[in-house]
Amino acid sequence: MIIQTLIFYVFAAITVAGGVMVVTARNPVHSVLFLILTFFTAAGLFILMGAEFLAMVLVVVYVGAVAVLFLFVVMMLDINYLKLREGFLQYLPTGVVIGLILLVELVMIAGKWVLSPASLESRAAPTPMLVKLTNTEALGQVLYTNYLYLFEAAGLVLLVAMIGAILLTHRVRPGVRRQKIVDQLARTKGNSLEIKKVPIGGGV
Amino acid sequence: MMQIGLGHYLTVGAILFTLGVFGIFLNRKNVITILMSVELMLLAVNMNMVAFSTHLHDLAGQVFALFILTVAAAEAAIGLAIVVVFFRNRGSIEVEDINQMKG
Repeated sequence: MIIQTLIFYVFAAITVAGGVMVVTARNPVHSVLFLILTFFTAAGLFILMGAEFLAMVLVVVYVGAVAVLFLFVVMMLDINYLKLREGFLQYLPTGVVIGLILLVELVMIAGKWVLSPASLESRAAPTPMLVKLTNTEALGQVLYTNYLYLFEAAGLVLLVAMIGAILLTHRVRPGVRRQKIVDQLARTKGNSLEIKKVPIGGGV
Repeated sequence: MMQIGLGHYLTVGAILFTLGVFGIFLNRKNVITILMSVELMLLAVNMNMVAFSTHLHDLAGQVFALFILTVAAAEAAIGLAIVVVFFRNRGSIEVEDINQMKG
């Protein structure tokens, strides 16, 4: 149990430190890398809580897809990021004040909050014992039965996002040499070949 | 040593959420960092969901966290696509420059 406590504190500290670096890093590339660190350690915390599947999904989806997407965009756009940091110190007090207010509010809620014993009766999908089913199996059994329509809707959301992203960023650039098969097939002798009469001794 | 319980995870979630809000205020000009701050906030929400899910032994929380993850990924993709298109049109991603739709 002491090891678990120790691991929790280490992971929580790294998560919070990574979050601080994400919002304060000078270079956006470093920001993205710290975001990856934060997600990795958050996945560790998820495993500590017993949600292995979500931890793996977090690593695959966030580190593998979203963070790489951020990295692509940060490196692709030719922006002077130092110029974007003007006014950083000017916004700092407002940010600190609002952040502190929010944190105090959250702590006050967490301090006064009690779990009603009756709420355990109204659980939507009680977790089976770990000896019977692993977390992934249990999640799959719930996801593909009770939450099937929501699952399909999530797939639809991803499809719409994919189509939207492609539609937004797709552009037809003029002047790019590309193979046009229709044009190739429509070529005739008349429009591609010209026979010139060359006089003898005159050259072309 | 203290037993690690629900409160510890909720604290981490609260701190992460606050950091996300703080980041939005701090990087008021950089859209990409604002998007990253939003991702941090969504991670904090997910952490709360999973913490309650394991505390109450109710899998619905983890299912919901999965859907939040889906929406967050879609949001990041669309948001970054919009940033790329905006950069192509204006050559800048400063939040102050995003005023073409001002009435």
